[in-house]
This record gives sequence, structure tokens and C-alpha cells, in this order.
Amino acid sequence: MANLTLIQAVNDGLRTAMSADPTVCVFGEDVGPKGGVFLATEGLTKEFGKNRCFDTPLSEDGIVGAAIGMAMNGLRPVAEIQFQDFIFPAFDQIVSEAAKLRYRSGGQYTAPMVIRTPFGGGIRGGLYHSQSGEAYFCHTPGLKVVVPSTPYDAKGLLIASIQDPDPVLFLEPKALYRKIKGEVPEGEYTVDLSTLRMVREGGDVTVFCYGAMVAVCEEAARTAAESGIETEIVDLRTLLPLDEDGVIEAAKRTGRVVVVHEAPRFCGFGAEISAMIAERCIEYMEAPVARVAGFDTPFPNTLEHHYLPDARRVLDAIERTARY
Amino acid sequence: MTSTSPLSVIEPDGSVNGHVTSLSKDELMRCYRAMIMVRVFDEICLKLQRSGRIDFSIPNLGVEATQVGAASALRASDWFFPSYRDFGMALYHGVEPVEMMHNMFGNERDTAKGRQMPVHFSFVDPIHFVSISSPIGTHIPQAVGAAYAMQQRGEDTVAICSFGDGGTSSLGFHSGLNFAGVWKSPVVFLCQNNGYAISCPSDEQTASDGYAVKGEAYGIPGVTVDGNDLLAVHQVVADAVARARAGDGPTLIEAKTFRMGGHSTSDDPTRYVPAELVEEWKAKDPVDRFERYLQSRGLVEPDSRAQFHAEARTRIDAAVKEAQAAADPGLETIFSDVYAEIPAHLRAQGQEAYDLAARKGDAAAGDGSFPL
Amino acid sequence: MQIHDCFVDQTGELSPDFPGYDDAWLNEVFSEMLFVRCVDERMLKLQRAGRIGFVGSMLGLEATMAGAARAMRPTDWMWSGLREGGAALLRGLPLSEYIAQMYCNSMDTAKGRQMCNHFQHKGTNYPSWSSVIGTQITHGVGAAYASKQRGTDEVHTIFFGDGATSSSGFHSGMNFAGVWQAPCVFVCVDNGWAISVPSSAQTASVSYAAKAKAYGIPGFQVDGNDAVAVHEAMAALIGRARAGAGPALLVLRTYRLMGHSSSDDPTKYRDEAEVELWRDRDPILRFERLLTKRGSLPEGGLAGLRARHEATIDAEIHAQEIVDPMPLRSLVEDIYAEVPTHLRRQYNDFLRVAEKHGEAQKGDGAFPL
Repeated sequence: MANLTLIQAVNDGLRTAMSADPTVCVFGEDVGPKGGVFLATEGLTKEFGKNRCFDTPLSEDGIVGAAIGMAMNGLRPVAEIQFQDFIFPAFDQIVSEAAKLRYRSGGQYTAPMVIRTPFGGGIRGGLYHSQSGEAYFCHTPGLKVVVPSTPYDAKGLLIASIQDPDPVLFLEPKALYRKIKGEVPEGEYTVDLSTLRMVREGGDVTVFCYGAMVAVCEEAARTAAESGIETEIVDLRTLLPLDEDGVIEAAKRTGRVVVVHEAPRFCGFGAEISAMIAERCIEYMEAPVARVAGFDTPFPNTLEHHYLPDARRVLDAIERTARY
Repeated sequence: MTSTSPLSVIEPDGSVNGHVTSLSKDELMRCYRAMIMVRVFDEICLKLQRSGRIDFSIPNLGVEATQVGAASALRASDWFFPSYRDFGMALYHGVEPVEMMHNMFGNERDTAKGRQMPVHFSFVDPIHFVSISSPIGTHIPQAVGAAYAMQQRGEDTVAICSFGDGGTSSLGFHSGLNFAGVWKSPVVFLCQNNGYAISCPSDEQTASDGYAVKGEAYGIPGVTVDGNDLLAVHQVVADAVARARAGDGPTLIEAKTFRMGGHSTSDDPTRYVPAELVEEWKAKDPVDRFERYLQSRGLVEPDSRAQFHAEARTRIDAAVKEAQAAADPGLETIFSDVYAEIPAHLRAQGQEAYDLAARKGDAAAGDGSFPL
Repeated sequence: MQIHDCFVDQTGELSPDFPGYDDAWLNEVFSEMLFVRCVDERMLKLQRAGRIGFVGSMLGLEATMAGAARAMRPTDWMWSGLREGGAALLRGLPLSEYIAQMYCNSMDTAKGRQMCNHFQHKGTNYPSWSSVIGTQITHGVGAAYASKQRGTDEVHTIFFGDGATSSSGFHSGMNFAGVWQAPCVFVCVDNGWAISVPSSAQTASVSYAAKAKAYGIPGFQVDGNDAVAVHEAMAALIGRARAGAGPALLVLRTYRLMGHSSSDDPTKYRDEAEVELWRDRDPILRFERLLTKRGSLPEGGLAGLRARHEATIDAEIHAQEIVDPMPLRSLVEDIYAEVPTHLRRQYNDFLRVAEKHGEAQKGDGAFPL
């Protein structure tokens, strides 16, 4: 066991996967000698050579398109998109190609690949280094969307994603890259891509969250406990396909639900959780589902601390839901 | 139709082999002052960032001649679609340093209302210096569209669109140049080949013989120029602007220069740039080189640089003071400008934000009611 | 590297540089071109008769297919768009699968999920492609990188039309291939029109081949209606890539005699005179003239050969007409390697309604949850 930051766990996960499987290649912008703008790929070119960890020209469309071809032809590509905000030139390749290849070819061709990309706010990145675009991708059958929130999960989910037979968009909460540390086993292990993670037990309110919001919700839950509200926190961690039964069970346990994400509220992931609860267990609910989300505006810079849901906003929702 | 050997005018000793520049003495001095101003602005921003007073900056050291030389070939009525390493163009055309500094601090007087990262300027006065986006190359087709509009309205203005070597790989470059070629748009594409796209060296960016040749793929003439030579840059940009104004279509210019600093304050270039390369380019410093030319024409005194530097310093120090003193943007700026009118759901979210801020006792809440 | 523009001219005359293929070789090419044409004509008729939904006609492009297909090894990969189905057939895509795909029936390897005319054949490395223009270009480059990395000697031929040169896939794919020296040949089939947009409105470059310069890749063009010129150029450039000398761009100048697809009316945007001009440059006609001069036309001439091809094709159409449609479960299969719970639940809900209306067949049963 080593005590690693989340970014170190990502690096360790890549290194472990590359050691175990010679077909794994890591590439993207600045991932080579520089080691990535966040140093996720530090040391990999040196260790595995320029054929297995390398820089590409500045084209996200090229990165993802080429990754698909590599995956179809026996390599296991792990592409990095420098910031999730820069992924949109590759939207076509992700949505119309990678996610549909297995289906459209009747299972003859597949694109087992991972696209890693840092997402979310909290680093003063303004409009273009802060966005949370998971909802765009969760609307894409054929893609898996994974979001770790701890170093342990970051490594285990990443290795599972690399081994997975389907394309995975691996969204890394960059606000947590160096903020949190945790025990990470050495060597290979995986975290299942179809189950949620129980972060905290509590009988009064259930909070669903993922990524950087998990720590925020934990903080809010601690404060809520001081006034006697016991909060259960569920880290969804694989958004697509979602552990729907796990969500419904958790919702039923307390009958009071808060969903938290950084992305804008309208058509956000919280809407899906709300709808699912309305369809499958409305009769268990004691209160309306509350959503705490980013505003339906672009991401600001100077005022990002007002835009991002913080513990106080989450606490406010927990209290209102508990009291309802 | 591509010139791949870079046009160079100013010799290391400042002589110009009989080159006659179209820049007047006043304009030459304006260029010189602007380059010094860029350098001082840059230095001060780096210090502000290192001391934690601003979050981020983009070093311009080494590329001043390209920016200012290009700007000097354009009129104030032309449109600028810049990259994030182009503010010398704005300074040359009279944008006040304090206006830029407001953006560096993201305060309430920032034209972008603190919504963007620093160095992402946007001005409409005294020039159209179009709001900068962080994704690479997205502004290239936009410049072509703006140029199309100028052409359609029969104006004699042109658009200049500036990007780095890495930008040539972007989708915007491909679409933008292709459209401009077909439309014969009055646009000048300025590719500032500064050696690295963050850490990616030019030879890993493309296998082509330089960047100017890429124009051929779109039927656009390509020109290569020594980007550390202000007179040469001015000349090729002026020629391209003249072509564009005459209705002869776009030009792709590759200015060969070198980014002496990192990509940004978040970048450590020693990880990937060989030290000897930096030394090699240090000897080609564009300000020193232009200064020697001005000396050869007797336009500057030995102490001119120190004097201009001090003047710039005074102005920018004052700008820092003013920008630092300005308040953060109001909470309502999160919700304004998303649409022309604030829709009901955003108004409701705005009121929630004010309620919460009021409960927190945050001064941003004002009287607690959403003011727009 | 010297690439000849043309070996067989429109009158059927050979140029002095003709590589000396014998009558048998020329007859094979002739037969292949005619086979592609017969398939195309039959498919268009099936579409007009409402038996199949959509056809992207290959009429006029037969020389590009016959010339290119025989320059590739079965282990090479062919990445394509709408109009290379004939080349796929000639490389080994079974006619039965070709027609099954047109019918989108249960013999269709793509399980009826794609529109008609979207073929694939794993056995000859002809991957599934999408309707979105240019997306296959970067796939081909990535796969070529993989071939090189894995130490195989496979070469990837990447086909696209003139319009695709404006797509992002072209720009990224050519650029990446140049930097990576990927073992691939980009084949731009310049058929004059991107749906209704002529080449002159597509780009201002002097030629499509000139675009290669932007990526440090050699660019060539040949008469795409001369099967021999196409073959020689393809063989040379594939050989060059196989030898490790990197990618090349080859432009095949040709003409799409029909509309973009069976849904398109080309008379709205182009002159009949232009079409007539190209009808006279018909690649099959050109070969017929050549073989006539050599006295080596097959038995029964063109008409006899045509009748033999048509019989083969008709037999296969009759077989495919009666194949069952796809089972309902294919709606939710192959989206992931395993059918996830939420899709099982969605299917089961759907099935309940389908059963109520008597639409479910044997094999359409519910998934266990």
C-alpha cells in the first residue's frame, strides 16, 4: 500500500496497465516528455518507450479517431484529452463512431479504448478549463462513463476501464488531483464498473454524488450530523451504465434524496436520478428530490466559488429535504 | 506559390541592406515603445502570478516583433482575431494597459466581467480585438466568417487571424483556410511558429516542410518570415493586407520565432526545451535587434530604452494599483449575458444564489435581491 | 516515384509504358468491372421496385474498384465510404452478404442496424464504416499505426470522396499519418461532385493531390477511369508503404454517372452535357475497345459476360428475398459486450407491448433481470 494523491493513482494505474499488457498505448497532447499538463503520464515515455507513450499533433478529433482504429486493430489505446473542455472536436468520433461501432457492425468490430480527461471546476480555469460535460456523454448508448472520487477508485476503475471491452470515457475530477490522498494497493486490481460506492451511512437523507462533489457532500453531512440529521452518501462512480438498482435501494432506505453535481442543472445527470426515482419508487418517497447543481450558465472565473455547489448549499438542501 | 525561406531584413548589426520600410519614423517609434510595453506588462504579470495576486499569465517574451510588426500593418478599423499570446497587437493599437490589467485580475471592470481566465482579452474599442477562447483554432473560421461579412458589405477592412504552430493541426485551421480559399476572403492568417505547442515540437506537429506550405492545400499563397525581425514581419503582413484589401484573397504567413518562456505560468519548459535552443534564440532577441536598427538610423538615444521602460513601468504599475483596488464582479454577472434577456429559470437561480449569499453573510449578496 | 496518369486511353490504345499484362489479366479486370456494374444496376432496380431502401450507385467508378482491389492483399485493410462496395466484393466480400446487407435481413452481418449500402467484411479486413464523412480516415491511420507497432506488414488503404478532403478526418488523418509515417495509402476518389457541390466550390487548391504537401506526404493523381493506371499507382504506393516509406495520397479522377444516391436527383445541379462527356469515357467501354482491338473479348462479347454475371446475381437475390428479418432482441444487443440491466429492462417493457400486438416471434423472449 502506498499513500498516493489521485493524480499519482492515475499514473500508477496507467503504469500498471502498461506493464501488464503490451498492447496498451498512451497518447495525447503533451503526454510524452512533459508528462501531461497535470503530470498524469509522468515517466511513462521513459519507462515504456516512445511507441507506447507519445505526443500527438494538436487535434482531439485525430486523437480519438486514431484511437478507434488502433482499438479495432489490436492495440488498447488510452487517449488523453488535455481538458474535457477541449473534447468537442472529438465529439463526432466519440458519439457517432466509438460508441456505435460494436452495434453498427453487429459485433464484428469493437473499440475497446479509454479516453481520460480532467473535468470539473475548482482550479480557477474559467469557461474552458472547468466544464462538467458528463450529461452529453451519458446520453450516448455504447459509451461507458466513469468518474472516480478517491485515489483507490481512480486506479482500480482506470485499470477496469482499460480492460473493459467497450469504450470508456474516464472523467477525472481535477480539483481532487492533488487535494486528496489515500491508500492505494500496489500492482493490479480493479474496481467493478457496475456498482456504486457507499461513502457514508445515515438513515435520514440519501445524497447521490460523484467526482469532486463527494468530498463536498461529506463535509455537508458532517455538519448536518451536528444538528442530528444522519446523511447517507452514495458515490455513483460509474454514471453509464448506472447501478440503477443500487440507486433505487438507496433512495428507498431514507425516502429523502438530494442529488449533487457541478454541471448545470437543466438536463443534468440529477434529472435522470429524479426521473428514475419517480418511475420506480415514488411510493417510498417522503420528500421531493432536491438537486444541487451548477447554475444554468457558462462557468465563470472570478466567481467560480459561487457557481460551484459547496458544502453550505448541499447542507441547505439536506436540511430542507430532511425537514420536509 | 509558397516561399519557404524566411524573409529577413534587419541584420544582427542593425543594417538593412537598403530595405525601405513603409513605416514612418513615428510608427517605428510606436512599434519600439509597444514592444517594450509588452515586455514590461509581461514581466509584471509574471511577478503578480508568482506572488499569488493573479492566477495565471501567458509569457510573450521573444515573440514581440511578430505581434507588433503585424499590428503595425493593420488599421484600427480592421478586425483582430488573436490567440492568447497576442496582446502586443492590442497595445500597439492603443488599448490601455489598465484595461488589460482588469482582465488579469478578473475584476468588475474587466470587459469580460471576470468570467474568463486572465489573458483572455476582449475589446471593441479602440480596435475590434475579438474575445479569446481557450480551445485552439476555434477562432479561425470565425475570422473567415467576419471577413466574408466585410466583403459582402463592400468594406475595405480586413481580418487578421493569429494562431500558433499547434493551431495548424486544429479543425478550425482546416475549415477556416479552406473556406477562405474558396471565398477569397479578405483575411490574413498569421501562424506564429514559436517552436513548441506547449511541449510538442514542430517536427512532431506535422511532417510538412514548414507551415507556409500548408496554404497550398487551400489555394492560398504561403509566405515565411523571420518573426524576430519587426521590419520583415511588417513587410509581409502589409503585403498580405494589401492583397486582401484589393480583393485578391487570403494569405498564410508563417512567422518563425521562439517562445522564450513557458507556454503559461503553469508550465515548466525546462522539461522539454533544450537549454542550448533557448541560448540560440536569446541571441536573436527581437527588441535588441530592432533597437540596433533604430540606432543605425539615429532614431534612439543610448538611454531611450531605459526611459521608455521606466515610462511603461509607471503606467503599468498604476494599472496594477487600479485593477487591484477594483471589486470582484457582482454576483449577478454569473447570470447576465447568458442570453440577451435573463430567462425566468436563471432569474430564479440568481435569486437562490443571493439568498444563500445573504444567509452566509457574504457581502456579495447586497440587499439580498437579484438586481437584474 | 513515377506514377503514370494513364495506360489505356479512351480509344483503347495502350501507352508505350504499358506494363505488359496479358489478355487473361485484362479479361479478368474487364469481367470484374462488368460484375460491379451488373450488381449496381440490379441494386438500383431493387431500390426502384421498393425491395431495398437505398443505393449509392457506383456507375462510372468501376475502374477505380477493379484497379485498386487487385493491388491489395487480403491481409491489407480497406477503409471506405459509400461507394467502394464493388471493391469490397472483388476483394472477397461474399455477394450473399452484400445483398443481405442491402436487404438488412438476418443474414446481414451488421444485423440490419445500418442503412442499406453500408457494407463490411471482417474476413478481408474491410471494417464497418459510418455515414459521417471522413470519420474513417483517422480510424485507418490509427489502425495503420497499430499494424506497424505490432510488426505486421499490413497496409491500409483509406478511401474517401472529394468532399471528404474538407472534413476534419482528412486533416487530422493526413497530419497524423505524416508524423507517424503510418503504412497507409489515402485514396481520394474525385468523382466530380460531393452530392451537389462541384470540386470548384469544395476547395481553391490547384488539385486534391496538392493537399498532400500540407502534411509532408507525396501526392499523385491518375486517370481513375483507366483500371490499369489505378492498379499500377495503387500497387506502387501500397508497396512503398509496405516497405516502410510511409503514407501517400492518390487521387483517382473519375465521374459519378448517377446521383449521389437513389434519393438524389442530379439533374437539379449539373449539366447533362457534362454527364454525356463522361459517359463517353466509360471505363468499361474503354476496356471493351481495348479487348476488341486485341481480339480477346470473352465468349459472347460483353453481352454474354453480362448475362453470366446477371444470372449469378439474380440467384443470390432470390435467396436473400426469403431470409427472415432480424430478431427483436438485436435492438439492445451489441451496444455493450454484455446487455446491461437497464437495457434488459427496457427491452422487456418493449416486448410486453410487442407481444400484446402479436409482433414477437420465437427467440424474441424476455431477458432475465
